[in-house]
Amino acid sequence: MAEHIVSSYDNDLQGLRQRISEMGGISEKMLVDAVAALARHDKMMAQTVIASDPRLDLLHREVEESAILTIARRQPLAVDLRETISAIRISGDVERIGDLAKNIAKRALAIGGEFQPHKIVVGLQHMNDLVLGQLKDVLDAYAQKDTAKALDVWKRDGAIDALYTSLFRELLTYMMEDPRNISFCTHLLFCAKNIERIGDHTTNIAETVHYLVTGETLAIDRPKNDRSIDASVEAGV
Amino acid sequence: MSTIALNTSSAIGNAAAADTGVPVRIAVKNLNFYYGDFRGLKDISIDFYDRQVTALIGPSGCGKSTLLRTFNRIYSLYPEQRADGEILLDGQNVLSPSVDVNELRARVGMVFQKPTPFPMSIYDNIAFGIKLYERLPKSELDGRVEEALRKAALWDEAKDKLRQSGMSLSGGQQQRLCIARTIAQKPEVILLDEPTSALDPISTGKIEELIEQLRSEFTIVIVTHNMQQAARISQFTAFMYLGEVVEFGPTTKMFMNPSKKQTQDYITGRFG
Repeated sequence: MAEHIVSSYDNDLQGLRQRISEMGGISEKMLVDAVAALARHDKMMAQTVIASDPRLDLLHREVEESAILTIARRQPLAVDLRETISAIRISGDVERIGDLAKNIAKRALAIGGEFQPHKIVVGLQHMNDLVLGQLKDVLDAYAQKDTAKALDVWKRDGAIDALYTSLFRELLTYMMEDPRNISFCTHLLFCAKNIERIGDHTTNIAETVHYLVTGETLAIDRPKNDRSIDASVEAGV
Repeated sequence: MSTIALNTSSAIGNAAAADTGVPVRIAVKNLNFYYGDFRGLKDISIDFYDRQVTALIGPSGCGKSTLLRTFNRIYSLYPEQRADGEILLDGQNVLSPSVDVNELRARVGMVFQKPTPFPMSIYDNIAFGIKLYERLPKSELDGRVEEALRKAALWDEAKDKLRQSGMSLSGGQQQRLCIARTIAQKPEVILLDEPTSALDPISTGKIEELIEQLRSEFTIVIVTHNMQQAARISQFTAFMYLGEVVEFGPTTKMFMNPSKKQTQDYITGRFG
């Protein structure tokens, strides 16, 4: 796209993109490390994740302030306005992703060395790998203004929801088998839910990228596969 | 959302009619305009909708003021300027030699960038035009002057000094006086050529508020360099460049998601 006649306008928008890019990098690392800390009972790694969050919060505030200032100064129109609004939305989603990863790290500390069923941990790691792929792809889609890539992320969320439903059922089973499992299983359940929520945030980002590039909102409802609300708990089963 | 802008210039302005359901007040068809040998407008076809504000935007020299000046044939004051094609005002071609130009200019009023009050009293500024066409008893004339000043949001400020010179008013008030003068002729269309570019922000705000109110009665065409003003006060916008209409459509679409890259480059300050 051609540059603005007033070059500082380009600098303003570039500043927003750069901050979001940095936020994306931090949140990706937080997510990788949080689940690794959980799987390996690694307290130090969990604490590193928690310590990364303030930087993410600061960048989010900076993006918001900068975007508001851009609106006041430049009265952006068309693609510039959509870019400014998108920066506010996406930085909010990435900041929440960081919070959810931090929460996983906190739960890793809470579980400590308690027994974790191997199958569940593998399930969580698999779900996390999928979500990490979503996050990487959607951040690339934002950087490259690639609406096809964004749409692809948007469609793939169903698989993550399905995995979450399956993990939910397994964890219920463990809890029903032995009350001593309830504590760590509850933590793992929250971790699974957090990862699933991160997946939802990546689809939010995908919708925003689509809006940024095309100026239109995705009209159709995203397919949702979270059937955990259907899982019933019956006594004696 | 339907797309309005098409590739052929002759269809650009006309496609919107089917979508909006609003009647067309002025239909421009294949209009060409010449300053001597120079072709200032190139085969323009565009519709202006009844009681809507249409903004004409574009870089200097694109032809927007030229287009505006064809609607009331004010260009005919200059012998080297001529137009061919059709400008249909309620179906009647205003370019036809049989049209009474003075009557046309009462139906299609114009306000310029620099306020142009007559060197006479505020009262006479308004009454002058009325008296050209109508013989009214004084009480009725007084009523028409008051009505025009009220509609131009100037009555409260001017009612106690109607005998004072129009030149004694501030710039913003003078501009509202010019609008009142136009309204007094009971026009159908009001043309505004950068009406607020010489005014301070407060006066600009008052004129914009006035335009919003006038829209219920008059069809308005405004030329403006102020992108945000066009976005605020118009329902339709035409982007012109080098004598052609590049894109035309509902203002919301033009300023949020224009179809043409050229339009987007202009409104976002990437042009040039």
